[in-house]
Order: sequence, then structure tokens, then C-alpha cells
Amino acid sequence: MWDYSDKVMEHFLHPKNVGEVENPDGSAEVGNITCGDALKFTFKLDKDGRIVEAKFKTFGCASAIASSSALTELVKGMTLEEAGKVTNKDIVKVLGELPEEKIHCSVMGMEALQAAIANYRGESNGVADKEDHEGRVVCHCFGVTDTKIRKIALENNLHTVEQIKNYTKAGGGCGCCLDEIQEILDGVWKEKSAKEKENPFDNLSLVQKVIKIQEVIEKEIKPMLQQDGGSIEFVDFHDNKVQVRLQGRCSACPSAGVTLRHTVEDKLREFLSPDLTVENIG
Amino acid sequence: MSKQKKVIYFDNNATTAVAPEVFAAMTPYLTEFYGNPSSIYAFGGEVMHAVDHARAQLAELLGVKHTDNNGKFTELIFTSCGTESDNSAFFSALYTCPKRNKFVVSKVEHPAVLNVAKELERRHCRVSYVPVDAHGRIDLERLEEIVDEETALVSIMWANNEIGNVYPVEKVAEIAHKYGALFHTDAVQAVGKVPINLSESPIDMLSLSGHKLHAPKGVGVLYVKRGIRFRPFMLGGHQERSRRGGTENVASIIGLGQAAELARLHLQEENTRVKALRDRLEKGLTERVPSTRVNGDLDSRLPNTSSISFEYIEGESILMLLDRLGICASSGSACTTGSLEPSHVLRAIGLPYTAAHGTVRFSLSRYNTEEEVDYVVEQVPAVIARLREISPYWKN
Repeated sequence: MWDYSDKVMEHFLHPKNVGEVENPDGSAEVGNITCGDALKFTFKLDKDGRIVEAKFKTFGCASAIASSSALTELVKGMTLEEAGKVTNKDIVKVLGELPEEKIHCSVMGMEALQAAIANYRGESNGVADKEDHEGRVVCHCFGVTDTKIRKIALENNLHTVEQIKNYTKAGGGCGCCLDEIQEILDGVWKEKSAKEKENPFDNLSLVQKVIKIQEVIEKEIKPMLQQDGGSIEFVDFHDNKVQVRLQGRCSACPSAGVTLRHTVEDKLREFLSPDLTVENIG
Repeated sequence: MSKQKKVIYFDNNATTAVAPEVFAAMTPYLTEFYGNPSSIYAFGGEVMHAVDHARAQLAELLGVKHTDNNGKFTELIFTSCGTESDNSAFFSALYTCPKRNKFVVSKVEHPAVLNVAKELERRHCRVSYVPVDAHGRIDLERLEEIVDEETALVSIMWANNEIGNVYPVEKVAEIAHKYGALFHTDAVQAVGKVPINLSESPIDMLSLSGHKLHAPKGVGVLYVKRGIRFRPFMLGGHQERSRRGGTENVASIIGLGQAAELARLHLQEENTRVKALRDRLEKGLTERVPSTRVNGDLDSRLPNTSSISFEYIEGESILMLLDRLGICASSGSACTTGSLEPSHVLRAIGLPYTAAHGTVRFSLSRYNTEEEVDYVVEQVPAVIARLREISPYWKN
């Protein structure tokens, strides 16, 4: 018997938003019946680009149904940009907790959301199954690719084959791929620690990164631009992309593009990380 | 543990209620008569007589006839459970047949057999797995092709726990003997539900478990036919004619004896009244719920077992909702156990995944009633409809 939290039971017994949105803006189906769970997720946006309606249909156990229900509640009111950042951990948070062996249910929720957003953006047809996942299939029983194993391992800080099984199902069938999963994990963490040594910036939390970026902009970049009667304002940061607003003379300057690349971007790369790019959002 | 409200217990292949008569027979041996059966004084020796009486009660149920000069039945060894009995049979065959290193089992055996077989493979034995057809039946001709002069032991269960199939074990035993191999059967699900007469049977070894027939958990039996060489699995003292070390679990053995007697008296009822209840349940559910299928060999099946697949939904969700209604049943779905694939039995019969994940096993006992069956038949359709409403695979 599973020890499900009250919230899991509540979402299982009284699931929210069951069904399919009519004429959805984004839609996706993940998982499949062979694997024992599948989720169809659809959503609609309002005129401001926020998710106004989200619905699900799920084939699966109590925790799969609860995770899907939690997902639909979680993303309502979000912009797609916000929704794109939702991870399986956020779904688990809504549910209080999930048994370790059932974490893969929350991962399925995250995948459905991401696939539906990709579908909205025209990047996919919204059907993600064995054949069109990125990467090479490692676990043939459940159709799990190396790409997915790496991604989930990094996001959830997973180090053992058993954890990978609980989060992705990989290795839970015949068990032929267990050695290979271990090798992938070894590779992921070796690579990560090598990278961390090279570049301490990647190792920082999002808030710390933003503080560092603002520091460099204020101390190093802004004084240079001010000499020419311009200025700069930090706007946002995600996926190694720094969004800024060039101000004063810079905003109308024909060589704003050059300034952006050669002054702003170079300085940020010099002080923080070579992976950063800069975008002026005017 | 919280005191449950009314429970409808339809999971008797998992375990059974201890019969009140069984409990009553046991209690004096937990309180008053606590002597060690091996002791020399009467306070212990009388307990030994009680153990022998329990053995005689089992002998009667199983049709075991052979006794020694003192009238004691020699072919029945008390163990701690069905799993220990299975382990004992396999390892005895391994050690007593040194020139043969092949074992033959079916694909639908209980893990207590399959995992022993796997261990023997690690110890460089060969194991052949006999396939089953879509109804879970074994093809005897195919089996005979697999058994050969290298085979030490053939082990085929008497009845399957998940789908209830009853196998022609005596015919299999004859095939095994043709090639000089031993034959063992895991009869944990069969005892008390199908007639057994071992004195006129070619079966060499048989395992049974107490808690499947209204005795307590923690006691089992291994039958070893007279003349079959046996090497103990549990090494220790001289108990059970030096064939199973360890002080006897006296109270449970007494309980098992009493349960065997009750099983003998109720065997007819199992095959009439309990069977009729099972059929009523099965008919009611398949008539009221669309897209279902009944699994197993309908011509040769335990009278109490029904394996029904509710297509396009998943078993754990079904069981959780049934649990809210006080109904206990089992599922072959992956999620219920934390494993990720449906049960090996459902895969062996090639059930499509749309059905395998939504398979529920109902297993009845003589303590169930028609009212209970009618309640379940009334409640289940709404549970299934509710989950299908959520399922992306269910159309209309």
C-alpha cells in the first residue's frame, strides 16, 4: 500500500480540470499505454498570453491522476514563459509529497506541459512518444533516451540508477540497460564537476547570477556608456540570456548593435561567463 | 492499525481469514501447552502428539497414506511457509541429482519458484521456461520436448494465483518420470479448492501454505513422497525426522491441521457455493461494464478466482477507489507493487497492454456472501466509468 499524502488523495478523488480544451492553443500527449501511464494535456491562452484554461486526461495510477490535476491548477494564469520554467518539483510541491517510486508521475506532467508549449510554438505536433524524443533510446522497455536521463538527473540532482528508475522508469523493465544508465550518470556528473571548476558562474543560483550581472552592468558597463551620454538598464535574465534596455543616446544610436555586442556582451563575458548573450529589448 | 469499518474481502488468493475453529484450536498451545515437542518429559511429549495429530489431519486432506510402524505419517514436513517449501524442493533436487543440472518450470510460476530458478541459473544450472498460450494453458507436447535426460526437476504449479488456471500436474509428473526427472508442484492455491489424492498420484513433492486456507501466516508443508531422496534446506536440529531443523511453530501447526480438516469438509462447498458466487460476480460485472475480458482457462480454473481486465484504465486507481468502498481486491498492474511492468503472468498470456494494466483479481472464500457479491457488482461499474472518463484512451 502506498502512503499517499492527503493532497494526492484529494487530487485523485476530486481531480480538477478533467477533459480536453476545445480548440486548444497548445496540446500534447506524453507517455503511452505500454508504459502504464499516459497524459493528454491541452491549454488555451487569453488575450494577454496567459493560460486561462488547462485540462487533462490521464491513464494511470492515483499519483499520475493527482499529478495531472495538480499541473492544470498550477499553470493557470501563467504566461508561457513562466509555464516553461515549471518542473516536476513544482508539481510535487503542490501535492505535498509523492512516494519516491512515483516521482515519474510528476515528470510526466512536466513533459506534457513542455510538449504542449512546444506544440503552441509550432515546434512539434504535440505527440511525444518513443520515436520522436531527442537522443538515443537507452531503455527499450520504456523508451527512455539518454537525453532525458541526463536532463532529469541534472534537474533533480540524481546520482543512482535506482533514482533514475523512480524518476523516468528507465531500467525498470528487463534491466538490461542498468549498466548503461550508470555510465550516463557517471558521465553527467563528471562533466558537471569539470565545468564547475572551469566556470564558477554556472554554479550560482539564479538570484546570485542576477546580482553578479547587475554588479558588472553598474560598475563596469554603465560608466563607459555614460561617457558618451548613454545609459543602460538591466531587465531580465534566463537561459544565459541577459536582457537590457539601452537608454539615453544609446537608445537612438545607429551603432547600438555594435555597442551591445562589443561593450556590453564582451564585458559580461569577460567578468562572468563566456556563455552569456545579450539582447536589447528597447 | 485502525479498526476497519465493514470490509468486503475478495482477496483470498493473497491471504485468508483465520477460521474461528482454527484460532480456538491454536490458543491452548500459545498459553497452556508451551512445551517443546522435542523434550523428554510429558509436558513436551504431549505437544509432539498434537503436532502428529495435525500431520494426520493434513494427510487426510491430501490423501497421504503411508505411515511408519508407529502409525506416524512420514511424508509431510512442516515448514515456515510455501516459499520455504519451494526452496527446499529445488535445492534438494539440486543436491540429490548431481548428474542432472537442468530445471523445467512454467513462465507463470509464483516468484517463490521463479526466483529460485534464477538463483540456480546463477549457480550454472540450466533452466527452461515452458510457455503458455493466451488462456494461460501449457501445451504438454511442447513440455515433453523440453524435458530430457539432463532434467533434475520439473516444477509446475497446481493452480495459478493470478488467473486461477488449474494445471494437469499429474500428467506433467508422468512426463517428468519418463525422463527420470523429479516432479514438484507448488499447490499453494490448489489445496482446499481442488481434490487431491497424493497416495495415488505420481507427484514427488508438493508445497502448500497455511495462510491460504484459513490457517495463520508463517506455516507451510512440503510433501516428499516416500523413496524420494531428500536433503534438508534448513539445517539444524533433528526436528521433522531431521529433514527440517528449527523448533516447530507448534500453535500454527495445530492451526494448520484444524484448517486442513475444515478444508476437507468444505471442499464440496468451494466447488458449488463459492463457485456460484464467483460466477455471479463475473457475470454481473462483465454484463454491466463494457470492454472487459475474463482471463484464464475457463474450462480448468479454481472455483474462487476471477481475473477481469477493465480496458483503458489502470489497476491501482481501480483498487484505490474500491478500497474507499471497503472492497479488497488485487491487481496485476505495474503501479500497485512499485514495479514498472504488469505482472509476469499477464505478460506471459500476451494480454494487450490496454487490458493488462487494468486487470483486477477477485478471489473469494467460503466466508463471502451473495450480498457482498451483489454490492460489488452494484458499485464497480461507477468506479470503472469514473476512471474511464479521465482516461485519454476511452472513447464514448
